[in-house]
Amino acid sequence: MTDIARDRAARLAAEPWIDAGVSGRGLQGFVTTIRELWRYRELFGRLTKRELKARYKDSRLGFVWSLVRPLTMLFVYALVVGEFLGAARSIPNFGIYIFAGLAIYTLFSETVGAGTSSIVTNSGLIKKVYLPREIFPLATIGPALFTLGIQLVILIVASAVTGSLSLGPHLLYALLSIVLIVVLSAALALVLAATNVYLRDVSYLVDVVLVLLMWGSPILYSIAMVRDRLAGGAFEWLTQLYINNPLTLAVLGFQEAFWQAGASADFVPHLWVNMLIATGVSAVLVIVAQRVFARLQGDFAQEL
Amino acid sequence: MEAVPIVQVENVSKHFTVRKDKSLKERVVNAALGRRHAETFEALHDISLDIHSGNTVGLIGPNGSGKSTLLKTIGGIIHPSSGRVVRRGRMAALLELGAGFHPDLSGRENVYLNASILGLTERQIDRYFDAIVDFSGIEDFIDTQVKFYSSGMYVRLAFAVAVHVDPDLLLVDEVLAVGDEAFQQKCLDKIRSFQLEGRTIVLVTHTLSQITDLCTRGIVLSHGNVVFDGAPIDAVGMLRGGFQSQRDADAAQRLERENALSAPARARVAIPSVRLVDAQGAPTTGVEIGQDVQLEVEVDAIDSVRDWRLGIAIANTFGQVALYSSTERLGLDPMTELSGRSTLRFSMPSLSIGPGAYTVSAALEHRDGTELARAQEATAFRVADNGISTGLASTPLSVALQPAR
Repeated sequence: MTDIARDRAARLAAEPWIDAGVSGRGLQGFVTTIRELWRYRELFGRLTKRELKARYKDSRLGFVWSLVRPLTMLFVYALVVGEFLGAARSIPNFGIYIFAGLAIYTLFSETVGAGTSSIVTNSGLIKKVYLPREIFPLATIGPALFTLGIQLVILIVASAVTGSLSLGPHLLYALLSIVLIVVLSAALALVLAATNVYLRDVSYLVDVVLVLLMWGSPILYSIAMVRDRLAGGAFEWLTQLYINNPLTLAVLGFQEAFWQAGASADFVPHLWVNMLIATGVSAVLVIVAQRVFARLQGDFAQEL
Repeated sequence: MEAVPIVQVENVSKHFTVRKDKSLKERVVNAALGRRHAETFEALHDISLDIHSGNTVGLIGPNGSGKSTLLKTIGGIIHPSSGRVVRRGRMAALLELGAGFHPDLSGRENVYLNASILGLTERQIDRYFDAIVDFSGIEDFIDTQVKFYSSGMYVRLAFAVAVHVDPDLLLVDEVLAVGDEAFQQKCLDKIRSFQLEGRTIVLVTHTLSQITDLCTRGIVLSHGNVVFDGAPIDAVGMLRGGFQSQRDADAAQRLERENALSAPARARVAIPSVRLVDAQGAPTTGVEIGQDVQLEVEVDAIDSVRDWRLGIAIANTFGQVALYSSTERLGLDPMTELSGRSTLRFSMPSLSIGPGAYTVSAALEHRDGTELARAQEATAFRVADNGISTGLASTPLSVALQPAR
């Protein structure tokens, strides 16, 4: 036996045993997984880069395309919903209004949408290499944040030009919204990615639900329209549900930051409190989601 | 220094549920019908074993015996249905070369991506990068997108990354059979240097010579059970024996089928049995070099046959023919009428073929070449190792040292 071999054996004899592929039970398992994910932290950056590079591969304009899409959407919605359908009459600065909502909604839909199919898309790796599989749904956050970054540049420039941007603590709402959506969509992406392996219909269902959610939050219309319609009726409780939908809260947060500070006070007296609560709940959901994911991932390799 | 266990497999079983329905509709319908579409299949059955640091363990067995499943269980890619696997140290799994390579990224980017998938940090990759590129031998193309690589280049790069991960435990599944001969040699050399460095290797392979060349321990799996665990040479012998009996069964079935099909068209002749018997006339399956043996081929001619010949072939497990002969070559009159049951006896005084396992096939044909009956691999026997020589041939041997005059 060579010296190097002897050293290795001695070192191994002192190392603790780890359960192959199993992270433990309950909260302790969650902590183990987080620690393991931390070890792989560089991989998040690499996977994000891979995704972005592959997205506009071989196209001449490259990243310009990631600007074209949101600008087109902005233009269409502003024209059709704002002018033709008349939503712009009750909402000043309508362009900024919808773009703020769309930007944060896109972060959510991109993460959840790509996250849901992430395990299936990366099946080649999952079947052949061991690594914490949570990486794949979570790594979809990176490219989505990149898209958001580009949209934020447009949004900030546009709101500065139209004069709706003002400096102040209300800008923190943007940050709060991003944190809320990242945490929430991480939880959803984990659960949906795992279930999609067993039932491929999940990814189609998610597409549909994402459309519903877009219209279920005040992105293209004002929240006042919903409240006025529901007020006094038997469905008044729905207003509360609608407002405390985390996506609505995040959209309101973005509108606070970039469109009109203090606009949400009518509907949610202390928006930041609701947002913090939603973020807290989402954080708990992440733990639950990870446990569900850990439970389901045992059979990934043969189901894919 | 006592052996340090690096992997412990404790009572591991793995069931697969084989489902044929994937969509919601199918599931709902089938749930109503009582899950008729789910079948369970036991890939591993209550397996326990320890693997010690510094060993090279070969997992072998026929297809579907569970060896890859066991390897994946050790790697944490598949979770056991019951029991558990614990391990320690850094592990790298080479289950497929280049899993995780992205075709649109350059070789350089893929090295970084793949290495971080295998658990290296940026700094470590920076340190190994030149060694990786050097090992792969594709310096000139490192900044080309890998989709333009030839499959050989692709595999070289992937292997280069994998062996530079610095694992304590390396799991290898059938990936050593890729690349040209020079590169394969490079891979094997790398594995040997891994062994010197005390790394543990668990290897799944169908190339049995790799087991005897590389491994320090061989484990034979069959239908999810460990049927042998010990010296690699014995494991390989055991496995060949197993293949034999499987082959016997297949051959018998095929023969039956062929006879049934071909009987009406040609003369009805069959070779019901082929036997190896010793000097006393007792059937045997294990012989020694130099022993007197006879090969008895029973022929059952329902229609009488003239102008025929019968050939016998003794082949080793790789299908290499060690010996072929026929009644014609041996001077038996072809015009002798063959009818009813009769036995052809080939005498082999002082058998001289090398140690190993062999199969015997016999075929009866018209001298114009029309085959009448065939008994493919109809019997098997083993020639015991006399400790003097290996290989297909065997001859009396001695050696002497001659002092220079």
